Amino acid sequence: MRRREFLTLSATSVGGVLVYTLDRQVSRLSAESDQSIRIPLRFFSQVEALTVAAATSRIFPGDENGPGAREAGVVVYIDRQLAGPWGRDRYRYTQEPFEEHAPPELGYQGKATPQQIYRQALKDLTGFDLLDTAAQDKKLKQIEGTLFFSLLHRNTIEGMFSDPMHGGNIDMLGWQLIGFPGPRMSNYDDVDKHFGEAFRPKPGSLSQVTRGNVRPSEDEV
Amino acid sequence: MKTLPVADVVIIGGGWTGLLMAKELGSRTALSVVVLERGGARKTDDYANSMDELDYAVRLRMMQDTSLETVTFRHSSGQRALPLRQLGSFLAGSGTGGAGEHWNGVCPRFLPDCFELLSGTIEKYGSKRLPEDHAIQDWGVTYDDLEPHYARAEQMMGISGKAGNLRGKQIEGGNIFEGWRSAEYPTPPTKIPYFSALFREAASTLGYHPYPIPAATTSQPYTNPDGVARPGCFYCGYCERFGCMVGAKAQPTNTLVPVIQKRKNVSIRTGAWVRRIVQVDAKNGKRARGVTYLDAKGEEVFQPAELIFLSSWILNNTRLLLLSEIGDPYNPDTGKGTLGRNLTHQVLFPAVTAFFEKPLNRFMGSGSAGVRVSDLDGDLLDHSKLPFLRGGVLDALSLGYRPIANFGVVPQTVKATWGLEWKKAAVHYYDRTGIILFSGEHLAYRGNYMDLDPVYKDHFGDALLRLTLDWRDNERNMAEFATGKCVEIARAMGAKEVSLFPGLKRYDATRYQSTHVQGGTIMGRSPDRSVVNPYLQHWQIPNLFVLGGSALPQNASTNPTLTLLALTYRTADAVVDRYLKSPSPLA
Repeated sequence: MRRREFLTLSATSVGGVLVYTLDRQVSRLSAESDQSIRIPLRFFSQVEALTVAAATSRIFPGDENGPGAREAGVVVYIDRQLAGPWGRDRYRYTQEPFEEHAPPELGYQGKATPQQIYRQALKDLTGFDLLDTAAQDKKLKQIEGTLFFSLLHRNTIEGMFSDPMHGGNIDMLGWQLIGFPGPRMSNYDDVDKHFGEAFRPKPGSLSQVTRGNVRPSEDEV
Repeated sequence: MKTLPVADVVIIGGGWTGLLMAKELGSRTALSVVVLERGGARKTDDYANSMDELDYAVRLRMMQDTSLETVTFRHSSGQRALPLRQLGSFLAGSGTGGAGEHWNGVCPRFLPDCFELLSGTIEKYGSKRLPEDHAIQDWGVTYDDLEPHYARAEQMMGISGKAGNLRGKQIEGGNIFEGWRSAEYPTPPTKIPYFSALFREAASTLGYHPYPIPAATTSQPYTNPDGVARPGCFYCGYCERFGCMVGAKAQPTNTLVPVIQKRKNVSIRTGAWVRRIVQVDAKNGKRARGVTYLDAKGEEVFQPAELIFLSSWILNNTRLLLLSEIGDPYNPDTGKGTLGRNLTHQVLFPAVTAFFEKPLNRFMGSGSAGVRVSDLDGDLLDHSKLPFLRGGVLDALSLGYRPIANFGVVPQTVKATWGLEWKKAAVHYYDRTGIILFSGEHLAYRGNYMDLDPVYKDHFGDALLRLTLDWRDNERNMAEFATGKCVEIARAMGAKEVSLFPGLKRYDATRYQSTHVQGGTIMGRSPDRSVVNPYLQHWQIPNLFVLGGSALPQNASTNPTLTLLALTYRTADAVVDRYLKSPSPLA
């Protein structure tokens, strides 16, 4: 067993009211308070989590027009994905021989799992979260062409916009940002109306919409 | 190995064509029918909690598990093939219903001239016009042969659409280029969302003949001739890569399984992984004796059978015959052999990404709700002065766009791919972006084929299937031409900026194109050039039939499911009316 690691987030570091679904527990924090929340990490060490939180918030920054990866808890999403079947390559064909220099049209051919790719790359980024944002951007620019960066970029978008049950998109902040309502049982009355004007129903998460007990893939053993 | 009592019929693979055959034989005969499906059982109720983009559309929960088995790929014969370690350009399904559960449901008929591609093209343009290494063929059936079966398939699924050619009479608003049809669509067209409506208006202005896409997701409640009732679509937009939670999208589990379940003579065994078809030499030639499979507990089973249908999707149909040493493997150097030849995909790509001023509300939609233009399809254009043969269709689908797959697309004027500038633009354009798709015909070539890989194995230790596949100039030139036409339409729709598809270069196995892969066990009139006869019966083994997309001699530009079902109905008739009375070659 590895030592239990936690990520501590203060209410002010995330935007507004925060709803976390952690181990089926819901916690609420108010931005006006000085409360904080300790999130048990499944894969990252605390140091790694701080680096990933900082890097994803440079890829998808919050600004005056809306929240970004830090506010949406993208690091929590990535931590759980890496600990789950995706991070372990549970469904990838992993028989040898591997060919690291394959034509790009054949997809990733390497041996390393997402867990290994992250762990290795994060070693080289130790202290990243302590840099100022200009230095952080410069550092990311240097690794833009790497496999790690492309994974981080893709995972950031996933963490912004996947259902909150996966750990990111806290409070459906990502969906609100782009006017996506999440899963809706019916658009029958609206699908051929509202031409040329924004129709923005209030978002709902999958468990709110279906009232069902959904088991996310990252919880698979 | 455990040997079970002999079954009259064994069907390998419980997708659209296998379950349709099970339904037909189970309802029309007293034969004992066993369907062997290697995935798990599925039903509509399972889909209530499936509206999760990450687990279903990104992590591909409904697809084949590539850790167990995949295919290897190379662009040409001289190269070393490597495994596709994750699914990419096509998405093979698994479980009851197969890929028929996670499809979008776009459900057209093929143009009549597709069925006589070789003879028709030579007649019009001469054989010198054909690409040097082409392998195109006539099917051995014509559109007229298939028309009644097309109509049955449409009735079974309740296809929504508008006829453009009723018994030879052209009807404006439908596809006026389609082959004659004996009846109007069973249900009216789906609703047309904003982006598709913009496309329809612009295309009409430019002189095209847009029409509502034929949809297997019914526009209203429908009861089919088998008495199976389904509700109309609610336009939630969770269609492709998902199962339909209300059953409005026709899926084998909500159209065929309800009939099968009422028949005591049909059983579906899930978790049954077929590894070989066993053949024997009989007095009057070879026959199939049964199949070996691993059951859900991992026990090896021999299931003897009088009659076998192989319907395990295109790639596995070919692989299972290769592994079972049934038929003559194709040799691209000599052109001899038939098994594995004529691998085709589809020339499908987002021709234009158009950026608009007004929001599109594109989260609303349905997998097959939209508008199609067929003016460039088949041989409708005069190709004598064009740098390619054949054509395709232009689609403005409103299929329900979700953010993980679609966030981040920005006009080319935005250079950043991450950071604040990118985020601002991506947020602004998220709901102002529309895609015009082109689906074009992929010709068959001598150098595009399948065989067994010499290096990589599945989890049992059997050789993986190896795909050798690449585009030729015909596809590249067609793509460039179609992209130009789509740009004109996008401009007429009022797009402020457009991004063009960069063109087809080498075949890209990582970019999802469609699950319309064809070939390997192709049908035809001669055993020298095809694996199965026009009734999909194996030329050498008369008690073996091979159903599904592997039978198509080449791609036909549009979505193939309806045609595969029509061919299956035709085979079912031939089996019931002729084969069962006198088991022998039907052609």
